[in-house]
Amino acid sequence: MSKIVSLSEAIRRYVRDGDSVYAAGFTHLIPFAAGHEIIRQGRKDLVLARATPDLIYDQIVAAGCARKVIFSYMGNPGVGSLRFVRAELEAGNLEWEEYSHFGMISRLQAGATGLPFMPMNPTAAGDLEQANPNYRTVTDPYSGREVVVVPALNPDVAIVHVQRADAQGNAQIWGIIGEQKEAAFASSRVILTAEEIVPEEIIRSDPNRTLIPGFIVDAVCHVPYCAHPSYTQGYYDRDNAFYLEWDEISKTREAVQAYLDEWVYGVKDRAEYWEKLGVEVHTRLIVGSRPSEVVDYGQY
Amino acid sequence: MSQISTYTSSELLTINASRLLRDGDVVFVGVGLPNLACNLARRTHAPNLLMIYEAGVIGAQPRRLPLSIGDPTLVSGALAVCSMYDIFAFYLQRGNVDVGFLGGAQIDRFGNINATVIGSYEKPKVRLPGSGGSMEISAWANRCYILTPHQKRRFPEKVDFRTSAGFLNSRAERESAQLRGSGPQAIVTDLGILEPDETGELVLTALHPGATVEQACANTGWALKCAGTLRYTQAPSEEELQILRDELDPEGIYLRS
Repeated sequence: MSKIVSLSEAIRRYVRDGDSVYAAGFTHLIPFAAGHEIIRQGRKDLVLARATPDLIYDQIVAAGCARKVIFSYMGNPGVGSLRFVRAELEAGNLEWEEYSHFGMISRLQAGATGLPFMPMNPTAAGDLEQANPNYRTVTDPYSGREVVVVPALNPDVAIVHVQRADAQGNAQIWGIIGEQKEAAFASSRVILTAEEIVPEEIIRSDPNRTLIPGFIVDAVCHVPYCAHPSYTQGYYDRDNAFYLEWDEISKTREAVQAYLDEWVYGVKDRAEYWEKLGVEVHTRLIVGSRPSEVVDYGQY
Repeated sequence: MSQISTYTSSELLTINASRLLRDGDVVFVGVGLPNLACNLARRTHAPNLLMIYEAGVIGAQPRRLPLSIGDPTLVSGALAVCSMYDIFAFYLQRGNVDVGFLGGAQIDRFGNINATVIGSYEKPKVRLPGSGGSMEISAWANRCYILTPHQKRRFPEKVDFRTSAGFLNSRAERESAQLRGSGPQAIVTDLGILEPDETGELVLTALHPGATVEQACANTGWALKCAGTLRYTQAPSEEELQILRDELDPEGIYLRS
């Protein structure tokens, strides 16, 4: 049975007030369209988990949808500070829970594999482990030495954007694969957005590229350009100019509100948003072709 | 002696960082100046440098200057791409990384780094981005290098928050923690180079052409010691500057200042 629904329907069904949400993607494939839909639907009290909150969480926090962030690097990647979240943290308006990248990703790895916690070698830095009681140490029963552990992270819902998926949600990703697979397996519910919905035969033609199997997916949404201003490898480029522009916008609440009014509340969906961006942006983000050599799985 | 500066301080940092890399090194690369330093080394004395990016890219050959650590140009033409868990576990934790580059808002007398908060953790005066990969890189890369402008506020006696371990309170303390990496090996600034002495304390070992010991001391937040024999670094060469300006950062995004 097809799991294809509109993105607005998927968010309505699977993202609830108070949920912990993991909108995945390390710089690549960040599901901005889903973030905007969450804002339009006015979700409240979300716990937003991401290694790198990026602009998507700056915007969701700015829209008043979140009560807490869980992160390991809170910056505007390549640009500087993530101004809105930073201001909220400094003002004491937002709860936070913080890890290193490896700590954060180890939490997901434990969650995705059904383990209670994940061990890591010690780093001796100490202060973050003091500040966050979720960091503990246990004795390695084999060597007797101490290892650092973090608990499993099991979000209520993962949102994952992919290049292509079939109607069941069997999903293929190439390029930077960050923590999409881990986020999907760790979460109770999975919303998939895809640049292209393809027949099952296409997926079956290259099974090694399938990161997420359909049977753990709840909703499949066809959302071209879902990731802008992030990017989809081979489909469109990262809009670095917008990342720089956000650094200016996010200096004042008024400018952020004006942005949300125009680009989130002011459009009904991603198709309208993309149209509104205009030809100049579309042209700037076009990428040339560089296909891989075809591999032969053999006929058995 | 008057020095007419024909290069920017970013160029000076990048070129001196590049010279610290050895041919065949496996380097965990960050964006900005470290990325430029690695690409410069690859085009000069270290053609077999293997660049690993924390986004999970191994053997990248970027054709353009990446703004972010996850730029698609890192992927196209790379040797391998893996998940974030894999890059930290299989590559860094397992001990497959020779060199890590680090930066931070504060670096203290023993090379500990703060990239988390200025002020208290619960009520920060300034909330910084946080560790990212820094906590593990400083612990597990065989050698770490830190690039930073030489300013008193960046070099306090003690960091407000220890995001990443340098030598803790002494080299002996780091050694007893049994971390696999040997800690920060050099801090490259726009005035010179600091290196740890036998106790793990950072001391001035080299000055860039035109810089003085007095300048270095005045811009350091502890009583900076000088090595017995102070070196002068070679001024950036025409070749190094030409590669940086014409090939690697033609728009001057990172090197203008």
